[in-house]
Amino acid sequence: MRVRINGREEALPDSVTTLQELVRDRGLVPEHIVIEVNLQVIFRDDWPKVSLRDEDRIEIVSFVGGG
Amino acid sequence: MSFYDVFCRYRNSEWEAVLAAVSGADIERALQREFLDFSDFLALLSPEAERYLEPMAQRARELTLRYFGRAIQLYAPIYVSDYCENACLYCSFSARNQRERKRLSLEEVDREAKCIAETGLRHILMLTGESKKMSPVGYLRDCTRVLKRRFSSVAVEVYALSEGDYAELVSEGVDGLTLYQETYDEDLYRIIHPSGRKRDFRFRLEAPERGAAARMRQVNIGALLGLADWRQDVLFVGLHARYLQEQFPDVEIGASVPRLRPFVGSFQGSCRVSDKNMVQIILALRLFIPRLGIALSTREDSRFRDNLIPLGITRMSAGSATSVGGYTKAAGQNEGLPQFEIADSRTIPEIMARLREKGYEPVLNDWIAGL
Amino acid sequence: MLEDTLEIGGKRIACRLFVGTGKYSSHAVMREVLLAAGADVVTVALRRVDGSVKTENILDYVPQSCTVMINTSGARNAEEAIRIARLARAAGAGNWIKVEVIADSRYLLPDNMETLKATEILVREGFVVFPYMSPDLSMARRMADCGASAVMPLGSPIGTNRGLRTEELVDIMIREISVPIVVDAGLGKPSDACRCMEMGCAAVMVNTAIAVSRNPVEFARAFSMAVKAGRLAWRSGLPEIAGGARASSPLTGFLRDTE
Repeated sequence: MRVRINGREEALPDSVTTLQELVRDRGLVPEHIVIEVNLQVIFRDDWPKVSLRDEDRIEIVSFVGGG
Repeated sequence: MSFYDVFCRYRNSEWEAVLAAVSGADIERALQREFLDFSDFLALLSPEAERYLEPMAQRARELTLRYFGRAIQLYAPIYVSDYCENACLYCSFSARNQRERKRLSLEEVDREAKCIAETGLRHILMLTGESKKMSPVGYLRDCTRVLKRRFSSVAVEVYALSEGDYAELVSEGVDGLTLYQETYDEDLYRIIHPSGRKRDFRFRLEAPERGAAARMRQVNIGALLGLADWRQDVLFVGLHARYLQEQFPDVEIGASVPRLRPFVGSFQGSCRVSDKNMVQIILALRLFIPRLGIALSTREDSRFRDNLIPLGITRMSAGSATSVGGYTKAAGQNEGLPQFEIADSRTIPEIMARLREKGYEPVLNDWIAGL
Repeated sequence: MLEDTLEIGGKRIACRLFVGTGKYSSHAVMREVLLAAGADVVTVALRRVDGSVKTENILDYVPQSCTVMINTSGARNAEEAIRIARLARAAGAGNWIKVEVIADSRYLLPDNMETLKATEILVREGFVVFPYMSPDLSMARRMADCGASAVMPLGSPIGTNRGLRTEELVDIMIREISVPIVVDAGLGKPSDACRCMEMGCAAVMVNTAIAVSRNPVEFARAFSMAVKAGRLAWRSGLPEIAGGARASSPLTGFLRDTE
């Protein structure tokens, strides 16, 4: 399926159907990031339960230094 | 929350003792500061501060020049009705005074207005006694409509109204409200207002903020000096003005300093307010609230008024008549009895000339109402 | 002397130097800085993560005792700021938000109107909101009125280290606004911070000046001391400067004739 991640259109491999799988696929550290799908924040516990769909808009952010 | 809550916090203080304890150092400190607080104001009103009037005056003049320039706004009062249900002990309009009452018809209002407008004045203050029957809000609105035809600014000095009533007046074009608490001494207030709606101290106290909330552009308060201990009354005038300024930063707040004058009635007043006291009052107010408008009426004589101008006055009434129908000199028109005796009876051109002589600019028309 | 803590957002803050965590050479240095400054309030930002870059969690480097304030930097309008705030809260970073809305990439000056909009909404959603703004009294009033826990006027544009250029306006805000005023942005040296505190600011926020200095840890220590000195000076009462010139002739001479 095709989704938008951080504003960029991307094609996901067939094996990636949930948020949890997406995180693992990208090599991201769960404790360092926050994910929003279609403007809704998804808590870490729910990542395995959230199935991704075509055209989903996903934002993955983490805390960084800032003023 | 209203000013009444602030008032309650301050009202039972031992003011006389506090004022007596003020030292020269306190006053000197107040004179040095750019932004005065209440204890500085208190110091400037103390008996001790009488020795510092000249330095206070110098500072007051500097502040007034900085914030108001050399412009003095002139206005005329118009009494449209002297029917009154209150029985205030200090006023000629008291219901207890047997006299002929008069209420102007709208045509008469227009005739009075025409007389005043011929002098060039464009700021008018409309006054009435308190009578829901003879001068209800509807009548005030009608008068306003008539006055708006000739004056760009119409202010009212009438009995205390609700916010809704003030809003009605504002929608008709009234832009200013003058209302004196007379005295902030609640006990004395009850004595000198034995009957009528005016007896309600709190309703009157909260009226200026209702006016401000109803979008009046200018709100003027004051106490009738001489009714009670003037120092304490002025302390509260200052507190009240500062409160209004803080709560309604977009409203021009002003204070007046009317001194008790001879009138029809026997009430003497508690306290004599000397010329020196008057000067101290004006200076203290000016220093405490630099942007406060300070108005002086024709209760004071011409020489005194002229000397007070550099000390912080920003508005003066001129060419006044304090009786209903007093401006119209048409034969056969009866005037009502005046509310108080006028001491400065100069004509407007005379006052304007005197102001110019002193280096001030008389302003007859401060702003033009929107189309 | 009585305890002089700043009560804000339901907490008691002892250190009135708030420190930003951006622009440091490493997270380890940043941590040393926070410890040297004795900081109680620290800001961090949220950024999109590029999967290929190895991530660290900056929050791991922030001392446990610090209160973290999330900065909505990157937001160009109220909507984006609000999203960032909600994301941050959902991530467990607390509910202290510094609303920073900048649509000006040249000077990085904040958009007061969008900031006000975001502030209003975030306050209603239960956040503790600190709007970062260009000093404007009526805007500050509105922000305070709608529930901001403090107002943060800039000293000079972000990153310029030009000090307290907005002194006059900040001074007025301190007199007129009832919520704490925290000067943020542009403070370049400890004396700038000291001056803010002498004027009556509740606290100051510093980031760039410390992060890009030659010795951030020592510089942070200096800032911390300056903030304490300024605060102490303000509490003790600064001497007043007498007003202007005196007119030559007496103004109350006329009274002698009458009394």
